[in-house]
Amino acid sequence: MADFLVRFFSRLGAPFARSLVKLGFACRFFVALLRHSPTSFLRFNLTMREIWFAGVLSVLIIVVSGLFVGMVLALQGYETLVRFGASSSLGVLVALSLVRELGPVVGALLFASRAGSAITAEIGLMKATEQLAAMELMAVNPVARVVAPRFWGGVISMPLLAAMFSAMGILGGYLVGVPLLGLDEGSFWSQMQSAVDFRLDVMNGVIKSAFFGVAVSLIAVFEGYDAPPTAEGVSGATTRTVVTSALVILALDFVLTAFMFRGV
Amino acid sequence: MTPPLVEFQHVSFAYDEQPVLSDVSLTVARGQVVAIMGGSGSGKTTLLKLIGGQVRADAGRVCVDGEEVGTLSESQLYSMRRKLGMLFQFGALFTDLSVFDNVAFPLRERTDLPETMIRDLVLMKLQAVGLRGVVNLMPSELSGGMARRVALARAIALDPRVMLYDEPFTGLDPISLATTGKLIRELNDALGTASIVVTHDVAESLAIVDYIYFLSEGVIVAQGTPDEVRASSHPFVRQFINAEPDGPLPFHKPAPPYAQDLGLEVARG
Repeated sequence: MADFLVRFFSRLGAPFARSLVKLGFACRFFVALLRHSPTSFLRFNLTMREIWFAGVLSVLIIVVSGLFVGMVLALQGYETLVRFGASSSLGVLVALSLVRELGPVVGALLFASRAGSAITAEIGLMKATEQLAAMELMAVNPVARVVAPRFWGGVISMPLLAAMFSAMGILGGYLVGVPLLGLDEGSFWSQMQSAVDFRLDVMNGVIKSAFFGVAVSLIAVFEGYDAPPTAEGVSGATTRTVVTSALVILALDFVLTAFMFRGV
Repeated sequence: MTPPLVEFQHVSFAYDEQPVLSDVSLTVARGQVVAIMGGSGSGKTTLLKLIGGQVRADAGRVCVDGEEVGTLSESQLYSMRRKLGMLFQFGALFTDLSVFDNVAFPLRERTDLPETMIRDLVLMKLQAVGLRGVVNLMPSELSGGMARRVALARAIALDPRVMLYDEPFTGLDPISLATTGKLIRELNDALGTASIVVTHDVAESLAIVDYIYFLSEGVIVAQGTPDEVRASSHPFVRQFINAEPDGPLPFHKPAPPYAQDLGLEVARG
């Protein structure tokens, strides 16, 4: 009986213990990453290269998605606002939704699936083909040479991409609101201008996207570095990057929103 | 006699509870090419990892050029690794860099040499492996044998004192195989290094090495010069060099009785 109980509880606790070990490893990995970051900053062209891969190459998907999200937002928002005779506030609705929430959140989700997964797969495959081990034996630390530039490339790209997403969304909202639905152009822009606060709305959006950038980039490099060096292992790690990033982004968004706009 | 460059003294190592190496002692002197032979999973690759300090011995000492690897701090370990060059099983070239940048990698990372000198050195190293002609290609454009020779050029870029080869002959055609073997010998003699070749290719190894250790399930079961090995009557050595499927290393992994596994006989007790 006692034997049975011991087995029952150890099986119950095993997944929890495993996650805890992984979380601990991730924290130590983050510390090592920060410790080796100054060395990698000395050769900033390495980070520039990763900004190109993670950031610049994500611009297309961000721009197109932003445009469509803004256009849908305007269509849906107009339907509701017109019932209350407030259709001239469409610009405010579109702009606030985008800079506060959709720009950082949807931008980060897209970034995780476009760039995060690529980073995980690349680092995981470098590990599987012994490139990281080879680097280590050449007395070059892979955390400084491979991981840190990719992490910082993601951290720097994320707020810029979120800003681009919001800007394109507002443009999409304008295209639907003014030329298509026939709203007055002057009130569309001027109401937006007076209702959107730079510090409260825009800056908080930027802060959010900075948090998301750190979270997604850390998850992506960690999952790649931690991936079992097999085809299966790398594919599992890539999936985990996207899933974990999505959950962390949404949970973090709730916490940040509570602090920023409710002042909890 | 010159002091050995690599020395194992009664080294034991286990992954979790699984023993991989037990009480292994060996020495490699300057100018020597030593082969470590054994079947798959006999602990050969772990032996190389112990030399590179990627894993640490549970018991015993691993010394490289007089330094005990197991006691070095991380920064000391990194400076010790400057004395090592390693050729990985499939080359492990950086796939995002060209052949030139791959060979230049250790020079750029570990030295402050001007770019013009790096260029000359890279071309010299590639010339040594006969592949100066592929300097502008990407690793994906190379054949397996060529990729390994480029990796060899990269491994010798900093003129290491100890060269490690992990299965350098696996998956090569006979010509590439002979070329690789010849290069290992020539580079060793030209650079005055000590080389350790982990392999299971008997014919090629007997032709180029000075001394052979046979490793089976983590234990050194036999050793000797190529001539001694050829003349040996040790059952494991005979099985290995004659490629016999059964012998001291059994064809069957230990398993419960066959009939019982098939359900033909009820287990007793």
